[in-house]
Amino acid sequence: MTFGQLPYDMAHVLGGGMLLVSFVLLYQRRTAALVNALALQGTLLAAAAVWQGYVQGAPQLYVTGMIALAAKGIAIPVFLHRLMRRRMPDRAIEPARGIGLSMLGGVMLVALAILVVLPVTTGAQALARENLAIALSIVLLGMLTMLTRRSALGQVAGLMTLENGLVLAAVGVTGMPLVIELSTAGLVLVIIVIAGFFARLLQERFDSLDTDMLHPHRGEGP
Amino acid sequence: MLTLLGLAFLALLVLAVLGGTGRAPRIAFLGCAVAMGAMGLVGASALLGGEVPPTPLPFGPPWAPALVAVDALSAWFLLILALVGVPASLFAAASSPPPRAEGAAFPLFLAGMAAALVAADGFSMLLGFEVMSLASWGLIAARHPRGPGRRTAGLYLGFALFSGLCLIAGFALLAPAGLGFAAIRATPPEGWQAGAVLVFVLLGAGSKAGLVPFHVWLPRAHPAAATPVSALMSGAMVKVALYVMLRMLLDLAGPAQPLWWGLPLVAVGGATALLGALRANLEQDIKAALACSTLENMGLMAVGLGLALLFRGADLRPLAALALAAVLLHALNHAGFKALLFLCAGAVVGLAGSRDPDRLGGLIHRMPWVAGCAMFGAASAAALPPFSGFASEWLLLQSLIQGFRVAEMSVQLVAAAALAVTGMAVGLAAAAMVRFVGLVFLGRPRTPMAAGAQDATGLMRASLLIPAVASALLAVLAAPMLSLAGGAIQVLLGPNARPAVAGFDLALGELGTRYAPWAVAGLLALAVTILVFAVRRRSKLEAVHAPAWDCGFMAPPPHLPFGDPLSQVSAAGLGQPIRRSLGGVALVIHERHGAAAPGSAQPATLRVTAEDRGVAQLLRPLARARRRLSREAEGLRNLTLRAYLGIAFGTLLGLLSLVAWLERG
Repeated sequence: MTFGQLPYDMAHVLGGGMLLVSFVLLYQRRTAALVNALALQGTLLAAAAVWQGYVQGAPQLYVTGMIALAAKGIAIPVFLHRLMRRRMPDRAIEPARGIGLSMLGGVMLVALAILVVLPVTTGAQALARENLAIALSIVLLGMLTMLTRRSALGQVAGLMTLENGLVLAAVGVTGMPLVIELSTAGLVLVIIVIAGFFARLLQERFDSLDTDMLHPHRGEGP
Repeated sequence: MLTLLGLAFLALLVLAVLGGTGRAPRIAFLGCAVAMGAMGLVGASALLGGEVPPTPLPFGPPWAPALVAVDALSAWFLLILALVGVPASLFAAASSPPPRAEGAAFPLFLAGMAAALVAADGFSMLLGFEVMSLASWGLIAARHPRGPGRRTAGLYLGFALFSGLCLIAGFALLAPAGLGFAAIRATPPEGWQAGAVLVFVLLGAGSKAGLVPFHVWLPRAHPAAATPVSALMSGAMVKVALYVMLRMLLDLAGPAQPLWWGLPLVAVGGATALLGALRANLEQDIKAALACSTLENMGLMAVGLGLALLFRGADLRPLAALALAAVLLHALNHAGFKALLFLCAGAVVGLAGSRDPDRLGGLIHRMPWVAGCAMFGAASAAALPPFSGFASEWLLLQSLIQGFRVAEMSVQLVAAAALAVTGMAVGLAAAAMVRFVGLVFLGRPRTPMAAGAQDATGLMRASLLIPAVASALLAVLAAPMLSLAGGAIQVLLGPNARPAVAGFDLALGELGTRYAPWAVAGLLALAVTILVFAVRRRSKLEAVHAPAWDCGFMAPPPHLPFGDPLSQVSAAGLGQPIRRSLGGVALVIHERHGAAAPGSAQPATLRVTAEDRGVAQLLRPLARARRRLSREAEGLRNLTLRAYLGIAFGTLLGLLSLVAWLERG
């Protein structure tokens, strides 16, 4: 299974789409568009999981895909939209660094991921190799998003991107048991719920989602 | 023999449980003595031909069964362990019952040392080594719940962990194919890996053996333990470290290692010997002085080991065998006389109530047995000719003199310098023994406690007599004992190596220099007999007991029944010439003079504080670095959320870049 065959190309397109959306998440300033991009990435992940389930003949991946679609494609974005409508009507959020710089950093991260993954996996299937490289890029981009955003919402977006990358890596590997994917998904769901609760509290107490506001209020320090 | 070995180990484990309950401590320690005797029996029978080939045990680490074997080298060191272990256990049985933790750790300590000696794979050897380290730490810590003793235990634990880590690293480099000794021998290390193995063994086993600059813990930790434990640590534990060095450097690393391997050992050993002998002259505590003398002897053995490596690298096998014979014989001799001296010191501490020579004195009248044994041990440690220490140190100095046979000029110069340093160390060690015996046993009692001390009796006397008799036998039968060690030399240097023995003499070749201990001992005995006979029988004058000469001081006042203490030399006073002339080599010395005010009747004072150079130049900088690091780490606690994320992200990126870089190379 190499370049030019349908299973490979399809998986590549879906993974590449997720990577593209990661870049969108990295530079997008408007919160509504950010959440929409997150929903798009979740949907793409669901499609990728279903496609892998079809290619590998693994029906449990359909379940993964359904969960991804329901949670990341629909439930979480809807929840975030409602949160935003109530709390902060269509406010733009600022990335901490300049857009050009973070895009450049993102490109370098993708290059690093490819440099790391491709030599390690010589001998494995081409599909798995490319998939792993893309997944690692998405994970790194998610971390970069978390790092460059100041608002709690932006950091939640980064965290979800990171998790999407992990799930993409998991579904791309043949023979991964369902329970691992399910538990990862459950874990992230819990984290998202906590993060949402945290963001609401932050909004109520400080009238802002900027996490830097927290720093002077820590219980310890000089 | 394997059965006996297994039974001895099993007995030690059972005794550890029994000791932990605190019931019947005497029986537990007597059992330890029996188990040690069995170990010695296994060693002796292996030396006489009944070696145990590598045998897999039914248990072990997950990847392979543990292997045990008793070859000639292991057997020789088992003999050393038994020589110290039996009297030390008897002495412990004769002493007052120790804390329960000590009762549990003592058999484990013995078992750990024996396990390190009989192991035939890296894992079991390290396991035994670590059990030995931890158990001996427990033995010190159990005696000192708090205070400076506890800090000493902490220092010791730090060094023990350091040496364990270094040895693990050494084995990791040594054993890419497998941890069994046979597999390691099949693939000896080469290039930088071999050099790294040497460094790690020097750091790991060397710090356990007390080699400079990692000697700082030894003069503190050895005296801090109970007497039998001090004897075991000084007599046997450092020998286990020596065994690890011999096994890893001479045996496992293969015969094709370069000549320069010996140079660091010779240099470090010479420095250790000099420093130990110097400090032994300056200590104010008899057990600490004996521990420093252990440093000196370990230094001598390290010099011998280095010489063996040098000669082997230069393809001079007979000379390498000579140096190695000196090391092995000295290890056995040192075990004998150091166990004897420590047990005598322990008897003095227990029965005369002090470790400070300024509170002892004149004990030869009250404790003739202890004094006799101690003087015998001191004569051996001072390397006086018919006694045991002389034979091995003579062999060592002879092999140093033979250093000129190596073609390289640098090696010749190093050997000559080492000869000078070693000779000086041997002389200083003799001075330290004179000081020990003179202050503790000769002269007049300095305190009422010392004047009323009782002699050692029963089991305690037996525990002193065993190493004394063994040392006496070793003194006269040095050559037959050394030919027993021939197997061990062949393990390390190949089947053609022979110990330097001719009949009952130690000899360098058929026509070379030789030393006949039996002849020297016989002639000296004859001379002494004639002298005694002449004085006792032929003299016309009666023997008269006169008052001791007190340097012309006036008669002591009546409240000082044992004479004015100022009219007897003190420990600091006897060490003063050496401290003034050479003390700066080993110690950082501060003197504070307190002159009396004019017209005042107060005496002037002189306060001397001394600190080992290792403390000032190794421990202090380490402690400063630790404080600085902890301050930096404290600063990390006050960052913003994004900074924490950045640190995690940066670490991940760094590791990934490392992976990418490693894959390219």
